[in-house]
Amino acid sequence: MIIAVLVKYVPDATGARTFTAADSTVDRSGAGLLSELDEYAVEQAILDDALHGSDAPATSLAIAETITKLGNVELIITGMASTDAAMSVVPAMVAERLGLPHIGSVVEFSQADGQATARRDVGAATETVTAALPAVISVTDQSGEPRYPSFKGIMAAKKKQVDTWGLADLGVAPDAVGLSNAWTSVVAITRQPPRAKGEIVTDSGGGAAQLTRFLTSHQFI
Amino acid sequence: MSVILVLIDHAGGKLCRTSLELLTLARSLGEPTAVFLGPGYDSAQSELAGYGAAAVYVDEQPEFTEYAVVPKVDALAQVAASTAPAAVLIPSSAEGKEIAARLAVRQGWGLIADALDVRLADARLEATQSVFGGTHSVASSVTVGTPIVTVKPGAITAEPAPSQPAEHRIDTTFTDHARAVRVIERSPRTVSGRPDLAEAKIIISGGRGTGGDFSPIEALADVLEAGVGASRAAVDAGWYPHSQQIGQTGKTVSPLLYLACGISGAIQHRAGMQTSKTIVAVNKDPEAPIFDIADFGVVGDLFTIVPKLTDAIQQRRATG
Repeated sequence: MIIAVLVKYVPDATGARTFTAADSTVDRSGAGLLSELDEYAVEQAILDDALHGSDAPATSLAIAETITKLGNVELIITGMASTDAAMSVVPAMVAERLGLPHIGSVVEFSQADGQATARRDVGAATETVTAALPAVISVTDQSGEPRYPSFKGIMAAKKKQVDTWGLADLGVAPDAVGLSNAWTSVVAITRQPPRAKGEIVTDSGGGAAQLTRFLTSHQFI
Repeated sequence: MSVILVLIDHAGGKLCRTSLELLTLARSLGEPTAVFLGPGYDSAQSELAGYGAAAVYVDEQPEFTEYAVVPKVDALAQVAASTAPAAVLIPSSAEGKEIAARLAVRQGWGLIADALDVRLADARLEATQSVFGGTHSVASSVTVGTPIVTVKPGAITAEPAPSQPAEHRIDTTFTDHARAVRVIERSPRTVSGRPDLAEAKIIISGGRGTGGDFSPIEALADVLEAGVGASRAAVDAGWYPHSQQIGQTGKTVSPLLYLACGISGAIQHRAGMQTSKTIVAVNKDPEAPIFDIADFGVVGDLFTIVPKLTDAIQQRRATG
């Protein structure tokens, strides 16, 4: 059984993320890292300059074609969202393109005899659902702690071949992806002024009273 | 006037606040056309009329509750085919985004997720998002097909507007995949009696500094009728449920007042609350990053300060 895990390389959220002025795309030139939520959810890289500026539908197309080309994929596991755009839509789009079931927001998951069973938290309820494999499963950070790889695992990973496919390998036309073919367009980007630091007091007995005064003056009390 | 489809989020006919918010938003864009799926329309009918729905498409087939997501996509696609809307508005919930995602790919329509506002600019729909932890605001529009926009809860203030909607009963023809994910069991999560974080005007949050004791936070929340949130540290330690977690991997909130108690304010937490109108922090550590974004901060012990604040509020109430 092949299990495909979808991961995304994103700008570091602890750094200053920004946009490229020239085309309003996310600036990916700085240091990046594996999207934090993908640690919870690796082998096929899709690399092609024509993918620059692709929106979620185009990204899902490239991924869907990759999975089709891999063949024999029983399970596709993703995180709940990337930590850059955080749209959370690509897994469902991949499922729609492949005609597969998708179970999102999964906190607990098991599979047996070609059937997946999962518990998912949606809004005001917790649901237990089931679907036949192959399926796309998106897990949240509540689904378990990522294990640290063993030394043996790290050494094996260093030797592992990462295959790279371009659009031509996938049979995806360049005009189906990329910035100019996106189904949405950025009109304007405004950098928000950073919040100004307000008044910080040190409590020496009067802290609570000062806080009460602040909240009263702002009509919260 | 253009039809604006609004997918109604409800639990057995009890409308979620986001439904009212989306109807209010739809009124500013065109003719709000509600799509009500699943059992319970009788309970919802008057409220839909109370918030300006010009038309309602109703389908109460059991598939909408027995199977996940795809039946609703089928229904929306069908209603869209007969109404040719100018836009489709869907709540930015986990399920809402899955519905929007599938609809976008199926129809070949552009999708903007987590919008805070949608407006008409030169007869074109423009949605605004707050990204990168609130550091940037982005305005975007859809360039292909009918815009699908998921709207963040609490971004729009719901305003009543009495109307008399035209009712259309429909019978969705489900696609092959509609029944692929079957719901075996659904249990509503325990209702705390406190406002939902997405709707709360005031949120009091606790972090590592509580040491697991949320009682001062809950007491303050009680007198202020506030929601209670928790940092990731508090949730990971098992002190509070994940449903109340605020931050990058939890909920994003934007209340009028956010009071962070014993929360250091790591960037992942800030991403979930830094667009709150007023931010107050109480923390023993003067270097805590939360103070950088606080409008008012007290460096001190939350176990001393928070109960005193609660008392002061109660006294004020008592003396009128």
